[in-house]
Parts: sequence; structure tokens; C-alpha cells
Amino acid sequence: MYFETWSAVWHMEGHGPYVWGAYSLTALVIVLLVLSPWVRARELTQDIRNEQRRAAAASALGADHASET
Amino acid sequence: MLPELGTFLRFQLQRHLQLALRRPSDVVGPLLFFLMVITLFPIGLGPDPKVLAVLSPGILWVVALLSSLVVSGRLFQADFEDGTLEQMVLSPHPLALSAMVEVFCHWLLSGVLLALVSPVFAALLNMPSRAIPVLMVSLLIGTLCLSLIGAVGAALTVALRRGGVLLSLLSIPLTVPVLIFGAAAVREAALGYDPSSWLALLGALAAGGCVLAPLAIAAGLRISLEA
Amino acid sequence: MWSIVHKMGSPPWFFRFANGAIAWLLPIVLITLVVGCVWGLLIAPPDYRQGNSYRIIFIHVPAAVVALAGYYVMATAGLMSLVWKIKMADTAMRALAPVGAALTFVALVTGSIWGKPTWGAWWVWDARITSMLILLFLYLGVMALSEAFDNKVAAAKACAVLSLVGTVNIPIIYKSVDWWYSLHQPASIKFTGESAIDASMLYPLLLMIVAFYGLFALSVLLRMRTELLVTHRQSAWLRSELS
Repeated sequence: MYFETWSAVWHMEGHGPYVWGAYSLTALVIVLLVLSPWVRARELTQDIRNEQRRAAAASALGADHASET
Repeated sequence: MLPELGTFLRFQLQRHLQLALRRPSDVVGPLLFFLMVITLFPIGLGPDPKVLAVLSPGILWVVALLSSLVVSGRLFQADFEDGTLEQMVLSPHPLALSAMVEVFCHWLLSGVLLALVSPVFAALLNMPSRAIPVLMVSLLIGTLCLSLIGAVGAALTVALRRGGVLLSLLSIPLTVPVLIFGAAAVREAALGYDPSSWLALLGALAAGGCVLAPLAIAAGLRISLEA
Repeated sequence: MWSIVHKMGSPPWFFRFANGAIAWLLPIVLITLVVGCVWGLLIAPPDYRQGNSYRIIFIHVPAAVVALAGYYVMATAGLMSLVWKIKMADTAMRALAPVGAALTFVALVTGSIWGKPTWGAWWVWDARITSMLILLFLYLGVMALSEAFDNKVAAAKACAVLSLVGTVNIPIIYKSVDWWYSLHQPASIKFTGESAIDASMLYPLLLMIVAFYGLFALSVLLRMRTELLVTHRQSAWLRSELS
């Protein structure tokens, strides 16, 4: 490691705010880029699975009715 | 009986010129726009002739670019609305060529006219007189490039209701090299240097554009008709 | 080779491929990003002229490199969609534009932050920064055009034509902006002279470039998978895939 202490890492001889600002902004964009389609895909899969379950339940119910009558 | 390609293109040229000349306001409008925007600069920047002379190549070229974009928005509009465009697509002659005729007409009535009257605007901004021939030549070649780029944008957006802003958004980044070469040529001439290399670059852009742009324009028009 | 192209064009195959690729890429990208950042931020020595501010290079340059390459990838997808009418190429183009725009944005903002301690100004009309700004406009243009059409097929075709036109233009734009800058270059603003980059800085930089390429691929695949979930919602293959 180049730096002696953690506060030196934070300070970076006066350039700390610039370097850390740039890195945190990039991190934010990366998280958004990965997370937003990820979350959306999860919601969609959940949605489709729920629909499937409901359809399966409905058809099972329909089959029961058919066997009763 | 189908006309030959040459006759077909001549008919097209005649038709476009006639249509444009019947509505002179469409031809004069862009020139007035140019004049009015030029007027805004001394008002905004202050009337110091020295400052205006230094900035004049850039100002004239930026305003030329904007007025060219403003006009190209309507390039295929009328033909799209009255169905002429569909006829052009259906005709056995290549769409790229008939679209090129339209762009050429547009350039004759906007760019060439602008280049011819540009000395007046240059004088308004106190541009050194040795730069004026270069300004005219650079505008003459440069507006052809601008018309071609604007036509690509217009072909892609003609079917859209809010095409105007979108057209500028698509075209402006593509016009950057034209602006750089054109303004640099005039600036060099104003400073007393040789502008020929910049003019040659502009010419290269125009030549390349004449070859490649019609293909993109034709593709864009086909897509717009499908949409 | 052709069989791969054909497979790529099939949504069910691509969905499975994307699922597998995402599972592989996610840990690789995470590890390379973390190792690259720690290496660049903590281990690499400072630049003797710019001090520690140069550490921004480890995100600025990779973002710029991948953003520019991304435009060419998008144009290639556009060509495939125009010539072979591959549906997945349309999906790829729609997914590529926002990712490329985001990376261009990162490159611009980190460049601007880097400029403050180096040049003393947040924004300098340097040749490279100006070219990146124009690249951002090109990306935004493709995104706006794709939004403007109601018809999805027409939108993809229009975006393909536009991105191909942009591809022809990008080298001209870069070269012309370079000349423009050398014509106007003020003497006081000068970027560090061309010097061979030391290995202690080069290796983390290369690692970060790899990480950003991985990130680019990952987020594009994620977006494409999400879009497949939307457009093929009613398809039997998707339902059997999920159950």
C-alpha cells in the first residue's frame, strides 16, 4: 500500500474530495446500471409465476367442477 | 411508358423548383432568419467592431448551420403528406437518386442563395474583406454537406409528429466537422493565412456525403413510410 | 459460425444464454472492479506531476474506451438487424444505447472532476472531452429516436440507420475536433506530455478496462433479458423456462 494511514487515504494530499467524488459517482452509476434491470426482471418473473400459479389453480378448479357434474 | 432516368430526374428537379418558387416566402424566410439572428449578436455582445470582426467567422457559420437545420425539417414533409413519396418509392428509378434531386434543390434554394448574399452579412459584422470570397466558397460547399446531413435526419423523422426538435438532436452532432472546417477556413483567411486545406477538407466531406448520404436518406424514407 | 448467429437470433436460446452468462459475469465483474479500484486507489504510486488526482484515470479511461467501443457494437447490432433482420439485434441495440450513454456520462463527469485540480477549471474544451460530449449527443439521439416511434420494428430500423451514419462520422468528428483543438490551443492549458505509462499504473488500468468491458456486457445482457421478459410474456417457452 502506498499510503501510511487511513486518514492519508481519505485526504490524498488535498485531492481526496476529487478522487473519492469521482469514484463514488461512478459507483452510483454502476449500481444503477446493474440494479435497475435486475430488479425489473425479478418483478416480471414474479409476476409471470404468480399468473401461472393462478392459471393452474383455476384450471384445477375447473377440472374438479367437471368431474363433479 | 416510363421516362428514362435522365428525363425522370430532370422532371423531378423542375417540379421541386417550380413548387418552391411558387411560394417565395419559403425561400426568403431562411434568409430573413439568418439576418435576424445575425442582428442579435451585436445586440448581445456589444457593438465593438473589433470584437465582432474576431468572432464573425464563427458567428456566421453557426447561424448558417442553424438556419440550414431549421429549413431541412420540412424537406420531405410535403411529399410525405400528399403521397408523392410513396410514388417515388414505387417508381423503378432508385429512390436514392430522386431523394438526392430533392436535396440538391433544397441546397440550391437555401445554401447557394445564402452563400451569394453572405457578403452583406459579413459586412454587418465587420469581417475583413479578404475573407469574404473564402466565406462564400466555404458556405457554398458547407451548406451542401449540411443539407445532406439535415436530409438524413429529415428522412428518419418525417413520419413523426414532433420531429422538429428530434431532427436537431440527431443532426447537430453530425454537423460538427462541417462547422469546424468551414469556420476554420474563414478564420484563417481573415487572419491572412492560406485557407485552401480547410476548403479541401470541406470538399472531401461534400464528396463523401454525396456518395453515402443518399443511401441513408433512401433507407430512412423507406422506414418512415413503413412506420 | 453461422449456426451461432442463427442461435443468437432465437429468443429462447438467447434467454438461456443470457441467464448463464449473467451468472458467470456478475462475480467476475465484481472481483475485477474491487481489485482494480483497490489497486488503483491504494497501491499504485502517485503521479509525480499530478499527485493523487491522477487516480481518476482508472475509471475515466476505461469508461471512455468502453463507451466509444459501445457505439461500434451498437452499430454492428444495427447492421445485423438491417441486413439479416435478427430480432435479438434490435433488442441489443435498444439495450446498448442507454448503457453506452451512461458510460459516456461517467467518462465526462470524471474527466471534469479530474480537470479541476489539474487545469483549475471544471470544464475545459479539450479535444478529447469535446469528442466525448459529441459521442454523448450521438447516443442520446439514438435513444430519442427509438422513443419517438410507436412501431417497434420501424424504431429499430431507424436507430440502425442512424447509428451506422454515426459510425461513419465518428472518425471524422474525432479527427476534426483534434485539428480544431490544435488550431485554437491556448498555451497555458497543456495536458501532460506523452510519456510511457509505468507498469505500476498500467496493470491496474488494464484490469479496470477489462472490468468495464465486463460491466458493459453484464448490464447489456441484463437489459436484454428484462426486455425479453416483457415482450415474450405470453410465450409458452418463457413460461416453461420459468416454471
